[in-house]
Formats: sequence, C-alpha cells, structure tokens
Amino acid sequence: MGAFLEAIDLKKYFVIGHEGTVHRTPVTVKAVDGVSFTLQQGETFGLVGESGSGKSTIAYTIIGMYQPTAGSLLFHDLDLFGKGKTRPLALRKQIQIVFQDPGSSLNPRQTIRQILELPLRLHRSSSDLLTEVVRLLELVDLPPAYLYKYPYMLSGGEKQIVAIARALATSPSLIILDEPTSALDVSVQGKIINLLLRLQRELDLSYLFITHDLSLMRNVASRVAIMYLGKVCEIAEMSEFFTHPQHPYTQMLLSSIPVVTEEEERAKPVKVISTGEIPSPVNVPPGCSFHMRCPRAMEICQRVDPAMVSLGEGHTVRCHLFEQSQ
Amino acid sequence: MNKVATNKQNTLAISPEEIRKLAISSRIDMVRRGWYKFSRNTLSMVGLGTVLLIVFLAVFAPWVAPYPAHAGPFTDFAHAGEAPSSAHLFGTDMIGRDILSRVIFALRPALIMGVVVLGLVVPLGVFLGLVAGYAHGTWPDTVIMRITDIFIAVPALVLALAIASVLEPNLTNSMIAVSVMWWPWYTRLVYSLSSSLRNEDFVRSAELMGASNFHILFREILPNFWGPIFTKMSIDMGFVILLGASLSFVGLGEQPPKPGLGTMVAEGADHLPDQWWMVVFPALAIVIVVLGFNLLGDGLHDLLSEEKG
Amino acid sequence: MSGHPLLEIKDLYVQFNVYGGALKVLDGVNIEVHPGEKVGLVGETGAGKTTTMKAVLHVLPEPAAQITGGEILFDGQDILKMVPSQLKQIRGKGIAMIFQDPTLALNPVFTVGEQMSAVVQYSMEAGRNLTKREVRERSITTLKEVSLADPERLLGNYPIQLSGGMRQRICIAMALAARPKLLIADEPGTSLDVTIQDQVLRLLDELVEKRNTAIILITHSLGVVRERTDRVYVMYAGNIVENAPTTQLYSRSFHPYTQGLMAAVPKLTGGGVSDGIPGRMPAYLNPPQGCRFSPRCPRVMEICRGEKPMLREASPGHQVACFLYPRGNELEINTKWNVSSGG
Repeated sequence: MGAFLEAIDLKKYFVIGHEGTVHRTPVTVKAVDGVSFTLQQGETFGLVGESGSGKSTIAYTIIGMYQPTAGSLLFHDLDLFGKGKTRPLALRKQIQIVFQDPGSSLNPRQTIRQILELPLRLHRSSSDLLTEVVRLLELVDLPPAYLYKYPYMLSGGEKQIVAIARALATSPSLIILDEPTSALDVSVQGKIINLLLRLQRELDLSYLFITHDLSLMRNVASRVAIMYLGKVCEIAEMSEFFTHPQHPYTQMLLSSIPVVTEEEERAKPVKVISTGEIPSPVNVPPGCSFHMRCPRAMEICQRVDPAMVSLGEGHTVRCHLFEQSQ
Repeated sequence: MNKVATNKQNTLAISPEEIRKLAISSRIDMVRRGWYKFSRNTLSMVGLGTVLLIVFLAVFAPWVAPYPAHAGPFTDFAHAGEAPSSAHLFGTDMIGRDILSRVIFALRPALIMGVVVLGLVVPLGVFLGLVAGYAHGTWPDTVIMRITDIFIAVPALVLALAIASVLEPNLTNSMIAVSVMWWPWYTRLVYSLSSSLRNEDFVRSAELMGASNFHILFREILPNFWGPIFTKMSIDMGFVILLGASLSFVGLGEQPPKPGLGTMVAEGADHLPDQWWMVVFPALAIVIVVLGFNLLGDGLHDLLSEEKG
Repeated sequence: MSGHPLLEIKDLYVQFNVYGGALKVLDGVNIEVHPGEKVGLVGETGAGKTTTMKAVLHVLPEPAAQITGGEILFDGQDILKMVPSQLKQIRGKGIAMIFQDPTLALNPVFTVGEQMSAVVQYSMEAGRNLTKREVRERSITTLKEVSLADPERLLGNYPIQLSGGMRQRICIAMALAARPKLLIADEPGTSLDVTIQDQVLRLLDELVEKRNTAIILITHSLGVVRERTDRVYVMYAGNIVENAPTTQLYSRSFHPYTQGLMAAVPKLTGGGVSDGIPGRMPAYLNPPQGCRFSPRCPRVMEICRGEKPMLREASPGHQVACFLYPRGNELEINTKWNVSSGG
C-alpha cells in the first residue's frame, strides 16, 4: 500500500512474426515476463541487465510507449493503464524520461529554447515561458548563451544535460534514466551523474536508473534489481547487493566486471567463470532461463521456473537454491 | 506547487533585454556563417547569380528588352529572318521580331509556370508525405502511398500531354497538367524521410509530453526536411520549366503570339540549319535556366545538409 | 624489453585533409610492441586509437588521409614504404585484426563455412592446394580452437543465426587462422554483454599466450586493459601521453589526464563519482598550441601552452609526456580531482 510506483507481475510480449503455413501461430518475444518491484519515493532504483534483458521495455511501458500485455503498474496506487489508451496530461507530467542517445533525443532543427519551451507550454500555465526556460538552464548549470544554440553545436554531455532539463520542465516526481551516460566518455560521465544526484536532492526526485554498468550503479542507486531474459533474478538494497549477492547469475556478473583498482578486485565475489551463450529471447529454455549457464544448476532447474524467494530485509532472489533451504 | 520555479530566486542572471540581444546576434551569426559556407562554393554562386539574373530579366522585361513591342503581335517583314547583328543580338524571327526581346519575355511564363506549379505541388505533396510517413504501417499510409504509386506509374509527359490536350491549350491548363503529375515525387521524398524520423527519440519525447499531432508533424518533423525539400524545389524549378517548354514545343503551352521558350524552339526548328539562331538562342535560354536552378539546388543541399553537423 | 620490437611506430604524424583545412589527428605517436607482448591502447572517443591502427594496416582512406611523418616498422621493415604485394603478405599472416562489432565484420549473405573456407584457402599456409574436404576439416579445427561447440553445424549457419559472442569467436578464429605474429583487437568485447565479454577476452588471452602472438588491445575501458595487458599506452588527442607497465600505471599514474581518467571511472567499492575532466577533447582543425591537454589541465603551467611535451622516462620503463616530470625525477605528483560523494 502507498507505494510510489509498483509493478505487479508485469508482462510485455511482442509478436515478431508468424510460423506455419496452415495454422499460423504467432512467434512472440517475451521481453518482460512477470516482473514485480516497488519503487519508493525519493530513491534511485537501479535496473541492471544485459542488452535484451527487457530493462528498456519496462522503462518504455512505464512511460506509456507500450501497453503491457498483462499485469499492472500502479503509480500512487493509481493504475497507469486504467483509463483507456491515452494517458492524461496530469499523469504524463509526473513521469519523464531521459533517453540513452543524446544525438537522437534533441531535434536538430530546434534551438535549445524551442526544445525546452514545448514541455513548458504543454504543462505549465506560466505566461513567461522565456523566463522559465532560462531558469531551467540555470537549474542544470548551463549559461543563458545556450538559449539560441542548436544541438549540433553542443557536445554529447551538454546535449544530455539539455535532455535532463527538458525532463525537469514539467516538474516530474519520477524520472526514468535509460542508460543516460552509456553513450558518453567516462571523463564526462561524472558531471552528468553528479548533476542528476544534485537535482534529486534539491527537487526530491525519484529515479528509475537503467544501466548495464554495475560499477556506475554502485555509486548511484539505493536499491538494485537484476534482470535476465525478461525476468528479475534478484532485488536487494545496494550495499547488500554488492556485498552478499545470492543469485548465481548476479555472482557471475559481478565477478566478470573489469575493475581498475585492487580494492575493487577484493570487493568482487569469488570468480564465477562465465560459460555458455545467452539464449535467444525468442527461444527461452524451459525451467530457469539461466540453468544452462549456471554452475550450480540442479535437476529441478531444467523443469521448473523458480519463484521469487524473500531472504529478508527487502532482499529477494529467484532461484531454486533458496527455495530448498527454506 | 512549482518546485522548479520556487527552487531558485526570482531574479535571473540575465535581463530580458540581454536575451533579446542574444537572439538577434545568434540569428545574425547563423546567417553570416551560412552565407560564408555558401559563398565559398563557386558553382553555387554561379547558380545563385544566374537565378537572380533570370528573375531580374523576367520582372523588368519591358524595361530591359530592346524591343518590348516585339513580344506581342508585331510584324516587320523588312527585317524578317535576320542573322544576329548589333541591332538584333540574337537575330530576328520569320516575321521580323527581335529574338532577344522575345526570349526575355518568354522567361515570364516560364517562371510563372515554375512558381505556380511548385506552389501547388509542394504543400500538397509534402503534407501527404508527412501524414503517410508518420502514420507508417497504418491505413492512411497505405491509402496515400498507393494513390501516389498510381500517379508515379503513369509516364509523366504522357499524362501531362493527355490532360493538356483534353483541356484547352494554354498556360493555365499546362500548369494544371504538370502539377497533377508532379506532386507524388514530393510525397515519396517526404514519406521516406519521415517514416524513418518518426522513430527518433525527440519525436517520441514530444509524443510522450502530450504534444498534438499538428505540433509533431509541423514543428518537430517537417523542419528537418527543409534541406531536401528546398534542394528538390530548386532543381525541380528547372525541370518544370523544361517540361513546360516541352509542352509548348508541341503546342500545348503559351499560345502565339505570346512568346514561349518551347514554342520558339518549335517554330525555329523548321528553319534549321540556315537560320540557326531562331532555335539556338531560345534553347540556350532553357539550358541556362535549368542549369542555374540546378546549381543553386546543389549549393542549398550542401549548405542545409552540413548544418546538421 | 630485450630484443627487437615486432612493431615499432616511430613519431607518426597523420592528417586528414578536409574542406577548410587539415585535421592534424596523429601528432607524433610512438608505440613499441615486442613479440608475444600484450599491449593496451586506451583513450576516449576521438583520441586517434583507430587512426593509429589503420595506419599500421595501411588502410587509411587516402588521399584524404595523409601520413606526414614517421615510420612504422614491422619486423624491421617499414610498412609505409611497402608495395601492395608486400602488404598482402603482411596482412593476415603478419598482422590480423578483429573489430568491435562482429555483426559488421561477417558478411550476412554467406554461411560461416563459406567465409571460413575463404580464410583457410587464402591466408593459411598452402591453403590453395587443399581439397574441399581438407578445407572443411581445417575450418572445423580452427573453430574448435576458439571453443565453439558443434562446429560442423556452425559451418552451415548464417551469421544472423548466431549470438554476438559466437560471432566474435568466429572472427577471432578467422583472424588467428593464419597464425599472425600480431593481432590488433579494436574494442573486441564492447558490443557484448559483460559476462560474454569476459568469455571472449579470456579466450583471446589464452590463445595469444599459447601461440606467443603479440596483441594490441584497443579500448576505452581502463578495467579491460588492467586485466588483460602487460603494458599500456594512454592516448589523448593524437598523442601518447603516458606509457607504462600495466601494474605500474594502475598503482601510480603520472599524467594528469591519466589520473583524471582513473578518478572518473566509477568504482565497484562505491564512494561517489568524480566530476570528471572539465571541457572536451579539442577539435583537430586548430588544436591547442603546446600540450594538447593544457586547456583542460588543472596543473597547467606557462610552458605547457607554448611547447609540446615529449615522452620521457619518469621512472624506469614508465614514460610520460608532461612538463611536471623532468627527466629522472621520480617525484609523483598527484593531481587532485574533485570527487563528490553520491547516493
């Protein structure tokens, strides 16, 4: 009750074609297959997964680009997909997104002023849009000289800052950050991340932070969910997640990260040698989707898909190893 | 209620006056930079110069042409069929009219043809292309694009000839004929551009913000195509004039005694090769007009495509 | 290192002639690779890593690209002075390359078998005299060497039917089929998932070690370089700014840029993210005078703006191009990069 954002058994399937000549059966990709999580107000909830794990599909479903196949998404106990297909403006205003590719997210034919004016015009009653735009620029530490610049005059990092300013323009309470720095070099990434953290403090924002970079996640998130082939494997508080990872996939992932210092090397879990290929999302194996790569796979893992098991203190894991010990 | 607005103090680091100055100076800067880039390409400048000259001649024809009266039903058999001389730089035709004057006056219907045809064709074609491209994969896409395909499938000149011959042969009807067969190319162009652009994040972003379809089509998507559209328009200007000349060559354009570039070539063709000037100069005029608009189009293309950086 | 280097890039200058001037991309690059050595070349987007390697393979887009100075010695011979037939000998058998995106490196309209047999026939020893059956057998053994399961079936597959990791393994198999002395790997794991990247890099590591192949690993990831190389070259804006044995560089780096980069990498141990390095890499049309890092350097001095620092030894085997370090001075200067704590 009273969760800020809650996903309950969320499913999103895509039909990518048809099979058979007489009886045509649709071929579906289960991009998101029964995902549940809650996001608390003011926190940064990290969603980690490899490409194709379904993390972006979750983001796009929350923002309203996709209609879920099943399950529900509650925002302040209100079903985001309750009232028909079009989301009311008041709700759009609350949830914003920053896309991954700064090159594609700003219209190359508009000035920064025009880009920032659109959300203001749609969501604010203010008569002085220009002042509001200048304020937005100040908020993200860009000088007013940027008002009449075009995106091509900006560096990748600056473009992403403008995209953040645009997301802020509607005064949202939740911002989805879809790999906001993965297209940027590491030397400019920090500036964006620290800006986001400052804005979160100042404006009491909640973030759904999507990334494949666990080292980055360690420094920004308060809780982390790890995804593999459309399902969540493990959810935990950030420090718990990195000190006591439980799911064999999480352990493999954490121990595979290349790091730059000895301390980090020591902080990694015992090396779990990565083996096998990631199955195609069209052809997910039966049972636990990770069993073919899992060093601790048991007979049951090939047949039965494990359910989420709580290990206490908000730490849940989806693995047969823990079902038995209960 | 308004977190962002109340977050900072109400004083801005910049005054409205300064903002206005900034807007003006950055606009001037843009224009200056664009002109610098354009002006460094000699061929584009030649194109621009030619087009400006053509427009000037057409507009001020009565004052520029040496014998303005020769543009109408004028006869002077004493000077009929004269070769180029200092009195008649381009020579005279079979009834003694100054060919230079007639060529200058013939630029008028040619330009009117280009401007009117493009003025009709571009808004229609672009609008349909935008709608079909943005609605990619749904019924408006199918309907618009299949109709477009049908028009494209019929050979252009044949269609224009058919229409122009059914209707009364004059400039207006030849413009209608050319327009009918020209718009699908703009639909095609804009369709292919917009059906790929609709997946860009900035379009998605505007959709998610709740912007109207009108805003998305005309404020977000369309401005990205000004480059290719202007380029095509400039190049097409030459070709529309050429097609107009072709129609008037077979007698379906501007009617005598008014001068038309195609008509003049057609009339002069009977007197080749002896009185070559009757064909060569009007034909040369057509070539220069087409070439001028083409070079300008290339220049615009370079200018507008590089601007994206 | 003792003995002659396998590859020696000496004072390489490359510029791209474009409308409006010349982009002076490589500004005196020096790299040495010894037989069997694992060398890392790190730098951010646009630092000139790929241009350097294209120059080595002699595949720069000429005439726009122009090598304006320097030499590239491979086994003592200057690659830049070679005629096409000599270059053909070098490519594949001397130097092979694998790319970031295995999808683009494989032709989508041919099966793996067809592409493998081309490699077997044209770049392996006496490949042209093999029968069809022998070619197939060699293809299978080559695929087995990169631990691909069921190679017989793979030969009939098209690249699109395989996962990214498998494709990259096939690229590795093809690159190593002719037993090159040097392998250039351009971001070999970047487009792959972390766990798969780990597999691919580990495989690459094992193979080059077993065969004593030298490798140049081009990457923007400082972590990958730390785990997989013996020596690191750090590149910034067309210059090598630092060059050291890997363990030494990661325990104490000298150049302010390297230090800034190290500080900017988010750590798995937490503690917040550094603000990074202010500004951006300069444009190559009018690069800054003197040290190209000087406009962004927090420790910039008068001399840096006027004179270009040369690579010199700051401690044994550890070279740095920075005026903070006079020759032989072992003093370590730590640039303070602002780290604000997060979360």
